[in-house]
Amino acid sequence: MSAGPLAQVTTLPSVAPAGGSVWLPPRAEGAAAEIDAVFYFIYWVSVFFFVLIVVLMVYFVIRYRRRVESEQPRGGAAHNTRLEITWSVIPLILVVVMFYLGFRGYMDLVNPPAGAMDIQVLAQKWSWNFTYPNGHDDAELHLPAGRNARLVLTSNDVIHSFYVPAFRKKCDAVPGRYTYLWLRDLKPGEYLALCAEYCGTGHSDMLTRVQVHDPADFQKWLSEASDPFRTRSYAEVGRLLVARRCASCHSVDGRAGVGPTFKGLYGHPVRLQDGSTVTADENYLRDSILYPARQVVAGYGPVMPTFRGQLRDREITAIIEYLKELADHANR
Amino acid sequence: MTANSPSASPSTHAQHLAHHFESPAQQFDAAVQGMWLFLATEILLFAGLFCLYAVFRANNPEIFQHAHHYLSKPLGALNTVVLLCSSFTVAAAVRCAQLGRSRQSATLLGLTLACGLAFLGVKYVEYHHKWKEGLLWGRHFRLTEGEAATLPSAAGPATLPAAAPDATSASLGPPAAGDSAPSVASSDEPSATFRPMVLAPPGLRSPDEPAGVTTPQQQVRNIQTFFAVYFLMTGLHALHVLVGLGLIAWITWRTVAGAFSPLYFTPVAMAALYWHLVDLIWIYLFPLLYLIH
Amino acid sequence: MSVLNPTIVLDQPAPAPAGVNYLTHTRGLRSWLLTIDHKRIGVMYLVSILAAFLLGGIFAILVRTELLGPAKTIVTADTYNQFFTLHGAIMIFLVIIPSIPAALGNFVLPIMLGAKDLAFPRVNLLSYYLYLLGALLAVVSIVSGSMDTGWTFYPPYAIDSAHARFGGVIPVLLGVFVLGFSSILTGLNFIVTIHKLRPPGMGWFRLPLFLWSLYATSVIQVLATPVLGVTVLLLILERALRFGVFHPGLGGDPLLYQHFFWFYSHPAVYIMILPAMGIISELVSVFSRKHIFGYHFIAFSSIAIAVFGFFVWGHHMFVSGQSPLVTVLFSLLTYSVSIPSAVKVFNWLATMHGGSISLRTPMLYALAFIFMFGIGGLTGLFLGALATDVHLHDTYFVVAHFHYTMMGGTLIAMLGGLHYWWPKITGRMYNETWGRVAFVLVFLGFNVTFFPQFIMGSRGMPRRYFNYPPEFTAFHQLSTLGAYLMAIGFVIIAGYLLHSLFRGRPAPGNPWGGATLEWQCSSPPPPDNFATQPVAGDPYDFRALEYDPGSGGYVMRPSAGARPAS
Repeated sequence: MSAGPLAQVTTLPSVAPAGGSVWLPPRAEGAAAEIDAVFYFIYWVSVFFFVLIVVLMVYFVIRYRRRVESEQPRGGAAHNTRLEITWSVIPLILVVVMFYLGFRGYMDLVNPPAGAMDIQVLAQKWSWNFTYPNGHDDAELHLPAGRNARLVLTSNDVIHSFYVPAFRKKCDAVPGRYTYLWLRDLKPGEYLALCAEYCGTGHSDMLTRVQVHDPADFQKWLSEASDPFRTRSYAEVGRLLVARRCASCHSVDGRAGVGPTFKGLYGHPVRLQDGSTVTADENYLRDSILYPARQVVAGYGPVMPTFRGQLRDREITAIIEYLKELADHANR
Repeated sequence: MTANSPSASPSTHAQHLAHHFESPAQQFDAAVQGMWLFLATEILLFAGLFCLYAVFRANNPEIFQHAHHYLSKPLGALNTVVLLCSSFTVAAAVRCAQLGRSRQSATLLGLTLACGLAFLGVKYVEYHHKWKEGLLWGRHFRLTEGEAATLPSAAGPATLPAAAPDATSASLGPPAAGDSAPSVASSDEPSATFRPMVLAPPGLRSPDEPAGVTTPQQQVRNIQTFFAVYFLMTGLHALHVLVGLGLIAWITWRTVAGAFSPLYFTPVAMAALYWHLVDLIWIYLFPLLYLIH
Repeated sequence: MSVLNPTIVLDQPAPAPAGVNYLTHTRGLRSWLLTIDHKRIGVMYLVSILAAFLLGGIFAILVRTELLGPAKTIVTADTYNQFFTLHGAIMIFLVIIPSIPAALGNFVLPIMLGAKDLAFPRVNLLSYYLYLLGALLAVVSIVSGSMDTGWTFYPPYAIDSAHARFGGVIPVLLGVFVLGFSSILTGLNFIVTIHKLRPPGMGWFRLPLFLWSLYATSVIQVLATPVLGVTVLLLILERALRFGVFHPGLGGDPLLYQHFFWFYSHPAVYIMILPAMGIISELVSVFSRKHIFGYHFIAFSSIAIAVFGFFVWGHHMFVSGQSPLVTVLFSLLTYSVSIPSAVKVFNWLATMHGGSISLRTPMLYALAFIFMFGIGGLTGLFLGALATDVHLHDTYFVVAHFHYTMMGGTLIAMLGGLHYWWPKITGRMYNETWGRVAFVLVFLGFNVTFFPQFIMGSRGMPRRYFNYPPEFTAFHQLSTLGAYLMAIGFVIIAGYLLHSLFRGRPAPGNPWGGATLEWQCSSPPPPDNFATQPVAGDPYDFRALEYDPGSGGYVMRPSAGARPAS
């Protein structure tokens, strides 16, 4: 993965893992084969016409090149209605076919397959949050192979777009409304999801993993992920949460980012924009997560989105525990 | 050649004939065509706003049905009559200019000016009233108690506009949580005087906003949208009226200075065309904004 | 298809004092700043547009340099976002849209038509000053706070200062508004000129195709630009006064903005390409010394593109959340625009067939246009098909597509036209060898820059990305290398063109053998273009012209009964 802010997170899968063609990544969703077929149809028609045009052009330039400046052209007709109609009608037929093929592939995207599992996708600057049917929130998208899924997308702030190249699927996440993306016949594996609508500083860091499990493994993952506290300490859960939800703006190793670093933060004085100084205790940290605009740190912009409604109290406590750990390590 | 075009007499009118035109008639025709093209662009400019109106009204008809009661129909009707009169006077002024009657032309142009100023005066009265009552756009919308009491109860169903389904517990915070623009009331917790029910569209409500008592007026959400549309449309129109008045004032001054004659009155005709368009746009604005049933 | 009537003599300019032309007949700064001569205004536009191209090009080089590495290379993400935003806004509004109509069209249209000036010369000057004002506002924005919204200014990002943290958004939007007026007035001027100032004998179907293309372009300018005007006005009010028409938190709809914006911005790309195609029609015909093939089809196809272009804006919004029905309709309509463009390409090739082809620099650019617009246009087919567009939207595939059409199309045609009319505008010939060298660099550099971007895009590389997955590094580095090559080519062009102003061989009236009316007056033209109105013949009939080795240009055949051109 790049040396960007996400390097400290889990390594992300490749956007176009080996196995695809020159032009396209490997296919991981049921409709992708049809989409690729449309792509290659248009591709070969285009190649044919392009080669034809270039060959004719080069041939004419050579064959009819002017040898002497005073040379008169051999002449020829200045129009030929039958020819002109022919070369209007044939492309017209071809493009109508292209439209039709594109339309058919699109129908998969908008027609819901049967028995789809709903997953809510929330986009915000600059991370994704996925809510599973059992209420669990996660920063990664996990899906069972062979089952249909429906993503219900919306955004907290500006327009984002959820794009998985391996699925050939993309949909804008618009604030104030819901948009939908259907998926079917998923192939097991790890894929990369990216944000495809410019949304500011961290637009190119808004990446996450899409993991397609075998159906049994998916249930296992879901029950384990739904209650991370069952098998982990608060600080460990906090570390995972920070890595997934905070890392695009806050580093844990002291590096500068969009927001202040978490290293050595807990328990230490923080200078605010209005000149006052506060101590970074539990209350301050909790307030910063829920009401980020109230106390902005000096030297930073008021760009942090609120996590109110997205992080439960327990999770906030876990994050604070992890920050304590970071400060302890920094002090040693 | 149109009925209004001047006859070609190069000897006496060479001073008005630009070097690249062959005849005054050609020059006049070109000016008319150019002016109509310009008017077409003005129509398209307003068309965008009419489109905005149509979209918002189609999506939320109850907002328009409810909010237009805040507008004064008598004042709107008065403005309509005033503009229609001014269109008549300016058309008569063109005819006088064509016949060489400069003094009458100047008088009629002066009357047009007066009508236009009257229109702007009435608009000022209306805007001032809205400002006082807090009937503005966006976050500036503040329905005062006095105004609320004078309203009929909200017509139509109290159901919410069919925008997005209600958010789940993972609801979205106020949209500009990090917005610190000083001109906007940008606290991200509800204040005592803030009435979130009127302002927040469904689905973007913060979970800790009071779900409290609603008055009949508050059952219609997003009334401020109507006023956004109202001020945009009438504001842009008023700006065009102002520009039109400037043009007519300039033409009046030139008429008094004797610049026009039966063989050269193009600027008068062009200014009149512009004024007619301004009038025409108001003729559409008035029923769309004031006369909603 | 008649011969130039041998009994009607094309009038020569009235015997002006030797050497007096539009450049020399009055002197001083005021005579330029207050000129109403369309030729001088065209020259002023040309200088300003080339300056804007330099500025936009600098931003492009900065963008490509940052993309040499997958993470931060030379600047921060915020700065990079400003770079690509300014590159796009400057190139689209200050360079590509006005370039051919304002710089070349202003100069050439009246002369090619056979008129002494445009219908409204003072409005023309006003247009130019509005362009300068718009450009100034853009520069003000760069220094006063810049912006990072992308040239498309999508809300809600563009509305809140919390998102678009740079305060230069409103000055640029104001600049765009002002530039829109400039564009509208130019279009209006062209339409009235072509309608009302045609000389005797020039019916609609005797108009040179460059004029048909300018006419179609002007219709789009007049009808579409006002919608852009109201859109940026709404955005300014939304940002400054929180009007609430686009912001969902205030009851507005962000998709409404997209519809408004693209309603103009799609026809805008036809404003960009139609004049370019008009130039190519002229170049291919003149440099093949053969009548353009299918004149009527080409003329009608320009109008068809202008009309159909208004119905397809939704193809920028296939994944935006608009309804599937509307999405399908827009996809179908989008293909309608592709056919007239294809027809033109085939007509140009047919023109070359059986001609006498000369590979002077303008013709090289015309051939490059066919090559690169071919690729650009064909890749549009991928984007018009719904199934593939969902995958390709907002990736580098789109970036490559529009650079092939706008830059490989419009800019290349602009360069071809500039080289073609350079002798007429300046009275000088440039060095042909250097012209060819620079052409090769530009052509190679362009393809090396942008072809890899198609592959990147279809493999999943999104656009407007500061960091990128490292597997794309090789593609990006190749692309940047091409950009540097291209830049060198442009610098060479600037070099030899500037050099020709001082040391170039004086140009004959008709160096290339064109049959349109601008080649019947001297190079540079006299102040009034024509002493009396010329009579027009067939603009693509070259049989009356012959090469005169003495002057290095073309003259009318004495046997045709006409006096030789001076």
